[in-house]
Formats: sequence, C-alpha cells, structure tokens
Amino acid sequence: MNIVVLVKQVPDSGADRNLRSDDNTVDRGSANNVINEMDEYAIEEALKIKEAHGGEVTILTMGPDRATESIRKALSMGPDKAVHVVDDALHGSCAVATSKVLAAALGQLNADLVLCGSESTDGRVQVLPHMLAERLGVAALTGARKLTVDGATLTVERQTEEGYEVVTASTPAIVSVWDTINEPRYPSFKGIMAAKKKPVQTLSLADLGVAATEVGLDGATSAVLEHSKRPPRSGGVKVTDEGSGGVQLVEFLATEKFV
Amino acid sequence: MSEVLVVVEATREFGVKKVTLEMLTLARELGTPSAVVLGGAGAADALAGKLGEYGAEKIYAAEGEEIDGYLVAPKATVVADLVRRVQPAAVLFASSQEGKEIAARLAVKLDNGILTDVVALAADGTATQVAFAGSTIVKSKVTRGLPLVTVRPNSVTPAPAAATPAVEQLTVTVADTDKLAKVVDRVAEQKGSRPELTEAGVVVSGGRGVGNADNFKLVEELADLLGGAVGASRAAVDSGFYPHQFQVGQTGKTVSPQLYIALGISGAIQHRAGMQTSKTIVAVNKDGEAPIFELADFGVVGDLFKVVPQAAEEIRKRK
Repeated sequence: MNIVVLVKQVPDSGADRNLRSDDNTVDRGSANNVINEMDEYAIEEALKIKEAHGGEVTILTMGPDRATESIRKALSMGPDKAVHVVDDALHGSCAVATSKVLAAALGQLNADLVLCGSESTDGRVQVLPHMLAERLGVAALTGARKLTVDGATLTVERQTEEGYEVVTASTPAIVSVWDTINEPRYPSFKGIMAAKKKPVQTLSLADLGVAATEVGLDGATSAVLEHSKRPPRSGGVKVTDEGSGGVQLVEFLATEKFV
Repeated sequence: MSEVLVVVEATREFGVKKVTLEMLTLARELGTPSAVVLGGAGAADALAGKLGEYGAEKIYAAEGEEIDGYLVAPKATVVADLVRRVQPAAVLFASSQEGKEIAARLAVKLDNGILTDVVALAADGTATQVAFAGSTIVKSKVTRGLPLVTVRPNSVTPAPAAATPAVEQLTVTVADTDKLAKVVDRVAEQKGSRPELTEAGVVVSGGRGVGNADNFKLVEELADLLGGAVGASRAAVDSGFYPHQFQVGQTGKTVSPQLYIALGISGAIQHRAGMQTSKTIVAVNKDGEAPIFELADFGVVGDLFKVVPQAAEEIRKRK
C-alpha cells in the first residue's frame, strides 16, 4: 500500500508562541519548531500498516526551508522518503490555499492512503482532511481512534460526543487520527542515521502547476487584522489548607453565586 | 435584513444543542436567522419548537439516509446549494468536529474563506478568535466570499426571541463522491445525565493527582453537586483514570465554562490550552508552585482528598 503521511512543522506548543507583528503570521523564527505532535501518531499508524501489508511510506510537508529538520526527524521513525513543498510565495497561505497546494502534490504521489493528525497544535483548525477530500474526490475518515485495513477496504472507529461511529470507505482515502490510536515509536540511532540518506524531493509551486497569486498572503481567503496578547489572569487568591480549605472553597463559590 | 444561515447542531438524545441557541442569538445581531437542519427523517419537526423559541424565522431541512448515513460530504453539498440560492449574509456552524468539517468542504466548494473557533462576530464580519492556548487574541475577517464561521460553544449567552418558523424541505441531490465514507454503525456510550463537556456551565476536572480511576468518583461527586460536567487532564487519561472523550486540553476538548475546577492538575500548557478562557477558575493542588495557581481565581494548596470531601459536604449543607 502506498501511504503518504502529512507532516506539519509547528512552533513547540510547550513554549511561548506568538504571531509576527509585521504580517500577523505565525512566528516560526523565535520559537522551537517541532513536528506537530498529532502527526507522529499518523506516522506510527502508517509504519504499522506497512509492516502488516507491505508498501511504502512517504512524508509530505509544506513549509519553509527549516521544515527540513522536521522532515528528517519524521524519516528517522522509519518512513521511506519525503516530499517537501517549499516556495517563498507560500508564506501566509490560508487553509483553503494550503489544501490546494497539498492536493496538487498528492495528485503526483498516487497514494492509496493519506494519513494525517486530527489537528495541528498551532492552528487547531481541523479542516485540511475534508478540504483535501473535496478537492481529490476521495473519502475522508476523520478522528480515527482505530483503523483497520482489509485489502482496499478501510474501517475506522471514531469518537463522537454520544459514543463512537464505525465508518468504512475504499481506498484511495484520507484518514486523520487522534492520539488514542497508538503509541508512536522513538527513532532508533540506526533510524536517525538512515534518515540522513533517505531521499527528500523538493517541489516548488511551478512544479505543482499552482500560480503564486493563488497562495500566500495575497491569495489568502481570510486575513488577520490585528492581534494582541491576552492579559494574564491576576488577582487570584491562594490559601493553604489548614483544615478548612474545603469550606473556604465553597465560600468562594458562594460569593461568585455558584452555590 | 438579509438571511443568516445557522447550521443546527443537535443530538439524538437531547435535541438542539446549546451552541445552536447561541448561534441563533448571534445570528439575530447580523440579520434574520434561518436554521438549517441536516439529519435523519423527521429531524426538523422534532427540533422546530426549540429553534423557533430562539428566533429562527425559517427552517431549511434536508433529511434521510442520504444525509445521515455518510460522513459530512452530503451535508456540505446541501448547504452549498442553499448558499448559492439564498445568498445569505453569513453562515454559522458550531466549532465541533462536524461543524468544522462541513464548513471545510463548503469553503472549497465556494472558494470562500473560513474562520474557526470564533468567540465573537461583529456586524461587519470581523471575528474574534483566541489562539495559542488562550494567550493571544486575534481579530480576523473572511476576505473572499461571505463570512463562513464556526462558533465556539459558550461564547455567546443564548437569549430567547420567539418566532414561528416555517419548514422548507430541501431536495437532496448528492453526488456519488459524497457517499464514499459510509457510517455502518453508531454506538452510544454511557455518559449519564451530566451536561456535554464543551457546553457545560461548570466543569470539574481531575488530573494525575486524583491517583486512580476509582478516585474519580470524587471528581464526579463535586461535578454532580454543581450540575457540571466531568473533565480530565491528559495525564489522567493517559494513566487510564478516565476515558479520552473527556480530555480537556491541547489534544482534547476546549472548554470555556462559567466555572472550571481543577483537582490535582498541575496546569501544564497542554491542559491550559483547553480551559484558559474559562470565566472563573478554581484549583486544588498539593504543590503550591503548580502553574495552575497562576490562572486560578481561587486556589487551595492542600490534599484534594481532604479538601474535596469537605467542600462537597459544605455544598450539601448549604442546599
């Protein structure tokens, strides 16, 4: 099975994150940049499917030059190769334009299965799988907590607010996964060494046949007008329990009219 | 006044979700609200009363197996056709997985911008979003097409405004490519009578400090006394104390209740991402240096196994 895993480089969610003051885009320069954590689960799932059914696993990343670090990191887990869509004109692209670019790249990769994380930790927008499915005319099975592959039939169990749903589709299809689906492996030393030699193909917008005017800040379908730091919460009261902490807590709730 | 489409979010068990009433309330400030019901046969009739109560002037309904038996693609096709026909001033969805996904497909179909997790929307289409674990406030706007917006639950106070909506049944013509992801089973999981996590006015969450699954009864007890939902930190979920669908934080649900009580939760950024915009935050933790206290309006440094039972007892006394 030919599997493509979408991997996004994001600013580390454990560090202080900001938007840039000049163009309101995500500041990727000052933060530590890492693989979107959710994508590691998608990589793991791809590797498990390859181990069980054979095939090839390709990482697909759209991002600036420095996303190469994350691509090598992803490859060190075990995928075979990577495709890096990189073009200065992509800076500031909205979700709609991003889906156009990734759909064009997927169009060249002939994937049976596209795997991705359910959301990125920076934008948390969750729209990419269905945008890609809409463009490519394939099924999107989103939010998988379990994925079963049986020939060309995919079966997914997905969490809903009332319980769970079982959904099926035939390949080619896109599946997004939650972090409950597996436990991603750590790259081995051997894996890290091997990753340095694995092929990484770069593709520009011209290679994909997408016009620069359709992407980036100028081609965006939405715009950030302004942004500001939310003032830190302050003025809180902290008491140490000396036998009446529970009562004090309820007294606070009573003054706030919760009890 | 032009029409504003509100795509209804409802559950089989409890009917119209609160976020739908919030969207109708918001829509009334932008134009004339029309509710769009996408579901199984008879869904619109079952929901019409409540939708009218909150100001839906009209209800568009697309019902049946063609709509309900597949993941979101048929719903997006129906909404796209409707948008092309009625040319609304805006389309509002709930910021749930399904709401975002229908909106995603709609954005591509209409080559239209999309804004998700919106907490406020002005008449000129300027949306407010909260980014990066609640640390950054963003004002943004759709610059191509109409405002296509997903609204975060608990962002608007729902206010009734009676209307008597007529129901218009939409003709459903979905393409074969909309029927690729077939729902073969829906399994209800026991969750009791507690409110849904993202919609609850009060959320009581437990973390690693709760210690084990059995001790979560303490969290549940306090939640029930306050009429709230139960949440859990990632550490608690990963340790198997509580099911994943109740996880609050970066890789779980985002909640914004009136009152959030964190029990035995240190307040790592991954957790704060999911609860930082709560109106009032209360924390109980034995570590006085835990970062959760930076957020707390009221914090108790102490043993939750002493503090929580005492608090529960005190609430009972006052009832």
